[in-house]
Amino acid sequence: MSTPAVAHLQTKFDRDLCERFHYYMLLMRELEDRIENKLYRQGKVVGGCYTGRGQEAIPVGSAILSRPGDWLTPSHRDMAALLIRGITPEEILAQYMGRATGLTKGRDGNMHMGCPERHCVPIISSIGASIPIAGGLAFAMRYRGESNVVFNYSGDGASSRGDWHEGLNMAAVMNLPIVYLCNNNLYAYSTPLDKQMKIADIADRVAGYGIPAEIVNGNDVLAIYEASKRGVEHARAGKGPYFIECKTFRMSGHSAHDPADYVPNQLREEWSRKDPILMLEKYMVENLGADEQDFVDMRKRVLNKISDAVEWALEQPFPDPATLEDDVYAPA
Amino acid sequence: MAETTYVEAIRQGIWEEMERDDTVFVMGEDVAAYGGAFKITKGMLERFGELRVVDTPLAESGIVGAGTGAAINGLRPVLEMQFADFMACGFDQITNFAAKCRYRWGQAIPMVIRAPAGGNIHGGPFHSQNVEMPYVHTPGLKVVQPSTAYDAKGLIKAAIRDDDPVIFLEHKYLYRSVKEELPTQDYTVPIGKAGVRREGSDISIITYGWMVHVALEAAENAAGEGISVEVLDLRTLVPLDRQAILDTAKKTSKVVLLHEDTLTGGLGGELAGIISEHAFDYLDGPLVRIAAPDTPVPFSETLEKAFLPSVEDVVAKVRWLHRF
Repeated sequence: MSTPAVAHLQTKFDRDLCERFHYYMLLMRELEDRIENKLYRQGKVVGGCYTGRGQEAIPVGSAILSRPGDWLTPSHRDMAALLIRGITPEEILAQYMGRATGLTKGRDGNMHMGCPERHCVPIISSIGASIPIAGGLAFAMRYRGESNVVFNYSGDGASSRGDWHEGLNMAAVMNLPIVYLCNNNLYAYSTPLDKQMKIADIADRVAGYGIPAEIVNGNDVLAIYEASKRGVEHARAGKGPYFIECKTFRMSGHSAHDPADYVPNQLREEWSRKDPILMLEKYMVENLGADEQDFVDMRKRVLNKISDAVEWALEQPFPDPATLEDDVYAPA
Repeated sequence: MAETTYVEAIRQGIWEEMERDDTVFVMGEDVAAYGGAFKITKGMLERFGELRVVDTPLAESGIVGAGTGAAINGLRPVLEMQFADFMACGFDQITNFAAKCRYRWGQAIPMVIRAPAGGNIHGGPFHSQNVEMPYVHTPGLKVVQPSTAYDAKGLIKAAIRDDDPVIFLEHKYLYRSVKEELPTQDYTVPIGKAGVRREGSDISIITYGWMVHVALEAAENAAGEGISVEVLDLRTLVPLDRQAILDTAKKTSKVVLLHEDTLTGGLGGELAGIISEHAFDYLDGPLVRIAAPDTPVPFSETLEKAFLPSVEDVVAKVRWLHRF
């Protein structure tokens, strides 16, 4: 059966690293909040609107370990992975607003964005499909003899898809350098975990493929960081793929249109007490001499950055209809 | 000089591209030590090593996904689907991701998916289908099907050098039934260019794949009856060579649209649409479609023979159309 959760942190976390965690988690939280609770309701963002509220620790604790040559395949609950790779709030907002300067030039919406230069593959809507893609990215790394790795992100729902199983099996057989971050947030849209699978831990599914897996508290950025570090070292050393199941909870609906009234109130309340940002702040106060004013200042900095970005994005042009048929094929 | 078969031509084409470009590799089920179900990759493991000739688990979606990921990260995968029919197992990866990468995020996917297609080999419902249309109907993919050994080699080389995902349909019946002398020097056949296989003045047959050979035989028979038939081999289904299609339609004014694929939703309907929109004034008769009936591909010899369009079917329709 699966490895138990790691109870005690081994790393001594310094203030600088924790401030980076805090900044990216807060930036993701507040940027998504602005998008979902303001811009979407004002009609400035249309279409689907997915957030990773409550799950910010997962992309932050892992992607922060990525090097320029690594590749990431984030899911729609991993905005911070894009931010860490240097994709700006401006670009993200222009994408959400369907503007020509968004990462997909208005051809795709919401979190469905990526960037070849910054090595982020955009979401494939059938999320499990990114597992074989991660395999191919990693295959090319090994082909060239690089020590780069792939960070792949998916969730509990994806683990029921055939692609997930095909991709994990191939990565194991081919010994590919991939770290899988699985956010087990207990719901796939409205489907609770007990209707998704007969077992409690996704890590147990992974065991069948001969891939080492561990389970961590998905709301603890420090635990995610440590587990990711183990995974990245394992993969960079040529030991093959590594799987991290992050136990967490989706503190939003599936999308902005979804009130998620199928979630029992008690469950939501229980998880709201485990907020990953508050958890990190508590650690910083107790261990690194931070105080409430530091967090107030940080939030102010983040909110200002977002306001500037919103202002910029609202000024951006919509795509010219004349570009409709561009880029389906390579230029002749 | 020795003649080269269609199957050997494809093997040579891939081989030469692997010699000329280190980023080209082959991946699929049973392709390495075994050399592939149809022996297209025979000898490649010994020459290029296991990093570039890669056996996979039995997982078509995994193979296409891995190929796409490798293409994103700088390689040029040549993937083998053991039979075109099984490409359906990788359909989501092909149509929902690979085909859309350039449009969504400006990412080229220089990938070839080779797929042995077609009937007349007693393969039955799972090993004989002509599966082109779902891919023809997916913007972002290119789709080719050679009918000769020369084209098979030239088109696989062009497909490997292409910066878009290419579905490369190989006709299994042609693998060892057609052969010709090939040039010794490097050459490609451009994607998107049809070829006139036989010049004629009374009726045009527009077709592709194995049916090119059926059309040529029918044309020869019709010539004996004083009917001059032109045969246009599309070679590429996406992008279609609209100019060549319209040129032949305008030239003869009577057009037969022939394919081995089933009738409804087949390419013939699309060709009819193009001709009727752009060359209607030139037509002296109805656009005639000849295709397999709308059934699965049957196994038993009598049924498969009845299913596949035959030389007799084509001659009969040509004769009928000629009377207009």
